[in-house]
Amino acid sequence: MTTTTVEPLRPPVRWEALYFALRNTKLLVGMGIILILLGIGVIGPFFIDKPPSEYVGMQMQPPSGEFWLGTNTFGQDLWAQFVHGLRTTFLVGALGGGIAAVIGMAIGFLAGYKGGWIDEILTMFTNVVLVLPTLAVLFILNAYIGVRGAGMQALFIGLTQWPWAARSIRAQTFSLRSRDFVDLARLSGVGSGRIIMREIAPNMSSYLLLTFILLFGGSILIASSLDFIGLGPTDAVSLGLMLQQAHQWSAMHLGLWWWFIPPGAGITLIVGALYVANVGLDEVFNPKLREL
Amino acid sequence: MRRYFGRKLLVYGLTFFMAVTVNWLVPRLMPGDPVASMLARARVAQPEAQEALRVYYNNLFGFDQPWWQQYLNSWGALFRGDFGISLWAFPTPVADLLTRAVPYSLALLIPSILISWVIGNRLGALAARRKVLDNTVLPVSYVLTATPYLWLAALMAWGFGIVWGIFPVAGGYSFSMTPSFTWPFFVDLLWHWVLPFASLFLVALGGWAIGMRNVIIYELESDYANYLSALGAPQKLIRRYAFRNAVLPQITGLALQLGVLVAGALVTEIVFSYPGLGSLILAAIQNKDFFLLQGAFLFIVLGVLIANFIIDVIYVIVDPRTRVGMAGASA
Amino acid sequence: MTLEVDDLRVYYRTLKGDVQALDGVSFGVKDGEILGLAGESGCGKTTLGKALIRLDGRMKHVGGSVTLDDQVLPIGDDVKMNPYRFKQVSLIPQYSMSAMNPTRKIGRMVRELLDSRKVKLDLDELHNRLDLVELPREVLGKYPIELSGGMKQRMVMVISTLLNPSLLIADEITSALDVSTQKAVVTTLKGFRDRGFVKSMLFITHDISLTNQLADTIMVMYAGKLAEKAPAGVVVNAPKHPYTQLLISSLPEVGVRYADKRLTGIPGNPPSLLNPVPGCRFRDRCPLAFDKCAEEPPPVEVEKDHVVACWKAA
Repeated sequence: MTTTTVEPLRPPVRWEALYFALRNTKLLVGMGIILILLGIGVIGPFFIDKPPSEYVGMQMQPPSGEFWLGTNTFGQDLWAQFVHGLRTTFLVGALGGGIAAVIGMAIGFLAGYKGGWIDEILTMFTNVVLVLPTLAVLFILNAYIGVRGAGMQALFIGLTQWPWAARSIRAQTFSLRSRDFVDLARLSGVGSGRIIMREIAPNMSSYLLLTFILLFGGSILIASSLDFIGLGPTDAVSLGLMLQQAHQWSAMHLGLWWWFIPPGAGITLIVGALYVANVGLDEVFNPKLREL
Repeated sequence: MRRYFGRKLLVYGLTFFMAVTVNWLVPRLMPGDPVASMLARARVAQPEAQEALRVYYNNLFGFDQPWWQQYLNSWGALFRGDFGISLWAFPTPVADLLTRAVPYSLALLIPSILISWVIGNRLGALAARRKVLDNTVLPVSYVLTATPYLWLAALMAWGFGIVWGIFPVAGGYSFSMTPSFTWPFFVDLLWHWVLPFASLFLVALGGWAIGMRNVIIYELESDYANYLSALGAPQKLIRRYAFRNAVLPQITGLALQLGVLVAGALVTEIVFSYPGLGSLILAAIQNKDFFLLQGAFLFIVLGVLIANFIIDVIYVIVDPRTRVGMAGASA
Repeated sequence: MTLEVDDLRVYYRTLKGDVQALDGVSFGVKDGEILGLAGESGCGKTTLGKALIRLDGRMKHVGGSVTLDDQVLPIGDDVKMNPYRFKQVSLIPQYSMSAMNPTRKIGRMVRELLDSRKVKLDLDELHNRLDLVELPREVLGKYPIELSGGMKQRMVMVISTLLNPSLLIADEITSALDVSTQKAVVTTLKGFRDRGFVKSMLFITHDISLTNQLADTIMVMYAGKLAEKAPAGVVVNAPKHPYTQLLISSLPEVGVRYADKRLTGIPGNPPSLLNPVPGCRFRDRCPLAFDKCAEEPPPVEVEKDHVVACWKAA
């Protein structure tokens, strides 16, 4: 208390965050990797004129100037698959993470703000979904649905991923609920929905962003497992599907390392960069974590 | 105490109830006659088998009965341990296939979870607030935890199995062996176990190390740590206390991570064609054997719930506050 | 003199530069003396308290010395300071409610703490002191969570003074308590001094009226510097420094605890300690300020034991 008031003349929080953001190596490196890969996934497909499943030439070619990542046993261009796969992987991650974040926020805000029996029921429900092994649930759901798009996959992932987010958002909301500015809004007759949107959510916006980033990374990992087990999108290429095909067609035994190393490395890089950026952002928002 | 476990058991009971209901509901939500469409999509070779299955499953589903009767029947079957008959491995009952696979899955899961948890916690505690170690342990941990289980498994299978040829890359034991309680078979079993175990262990390790590092830093900044420092207690004592207290949230974390760990084990088994539940699930998906898939699902749910309960019991033993609070509540 | 502090400077490192939280403070505490340290938030009183026992990570010892029982304390060196802690200097922290390890039984924690300091636990003495603060001996077999707030506070007071330190620092220990409990704490602390458990005491608080009940001497700080130091009665009844005067007059009546609103009567805010302008740091808010105040007023002993840092008072 005494120690914090010793620092006068603090710049406005927003600018201060930007100031630290630009000086945080973890954040810059993480965001850099993500932006580069995202750029490849978004722009890359426009420079590749053939669809990723087309047979373009020689089979089992190692990486070369013509085929950057080589070709597989069918003579498909792995770079083309990688570029399209990045796109799908980002899409599933963002969509799945986004859906999970929205559900988590809705349940977390409601439970934390309303309290009482609403809280009891929602918390119970959250705990139930939390102990369900989600991947096993996804197996069942996806297996019964014959034709699956990437969007459908993301939706299901989002529907099963939210519980831990809901739990932590509930806890945060709970601590904000009795603050002065919330009381003031409540006393002046503002509705619950508005209080949550106007008073509570903005006050934990940094926390929500961090939650979304973690959900984003988690969704990518889950999607890769689903793809690998044969329950990936049936209408697209993804990094997980590349791994699945590489495994199915014995790329390891045939020594086609360029078939299974790049997609896995791509996933690791994206998820790792997300986690590292998350740590960096946490340091930016949370002065206690900053190193002097 | 009773209240605490009562609440937990209620959640687990509800979870199991929900799992069974989902399991019952999903096939019925699909359009058309589920039995017919399942059999049509399944790859069952013999026509007589096809017919036998159709009769069997029509009886099991009981479509001539009202829906609540069907629902109750499914619970009845469950309590008899009847998970149906596998289409893929006709006519083996699903329950048999599953009980044969479970030991392999557990042999991978239990050691990899426990050892990665213990070592990861040690590593994270060691790294916290020690610059050099922190700067090495933390980045490695982040890479490990961001790695898809299946990819690390594939890399290890490729590197140690194919390129260097140190370990076998597929199966639970050599094809030339027949399972028996002999020394050579056990060694062979262990030999096949090493790689899948190691890859599961490594990915999980990173997460535990990061978690422990963050929790212990929090503990080292806590009031009791500051008080002890002000009274000149050596770092050793403070770190010991901090570690002891940081283990508690890590136990909770273990419960929360179980689902992810099980999922990781399933895909790792697939990479190594390890004869556990994961390989069974892959076979079920590839052959559209929904009874096998649903059976496996219920097995996994049940396993995770039991494990959760065991962790709850351990937590109460380890954290005096829960016991004290409970004693106070009941008195 | 038990404690002698000479021109002590402790700064906070921040990204924008050093905050001069404690900027050249000198004073002494006699054997058996209880010194009350008062002032508003950010005046440096907590920094001073920490500096005497353990600097936190962002604080650095810039200059000056601290001498306790004729030994110079290595306050800038966390490791070298360790032998003095607990045995010579001890602390009752602000956070008594959470000062004990929640997962250790209290008795075991005390024993482990003493073992780590290579001191043998004198169980009879511990029991005596528990009796003295009216704690049942069974608390040693309990976890902190089983104790009430007041019990925890008393337990921490017993632990902190167990090795009979020369100097005890009590940092805002009463701010979270209700009035009757505050009185009990003050009585207990006095008892500790009278029985010789502690040789001298630094009682840090923002509550001047409470200080008055306990302290022999009161020292008022403002913006990292000493403003006035005098026997308790003098500070309360005949203060010389304009800041102290305002501080006292803003209390409705000394002895009535209404100190939370202590500064509403003084317009303005304390200056930034990042790059403080030279001269008297109170002059922007001071009703008596004049040209001379652009120079820094040195602390002057205007009467015996009465030190004031103000041109008008000298």
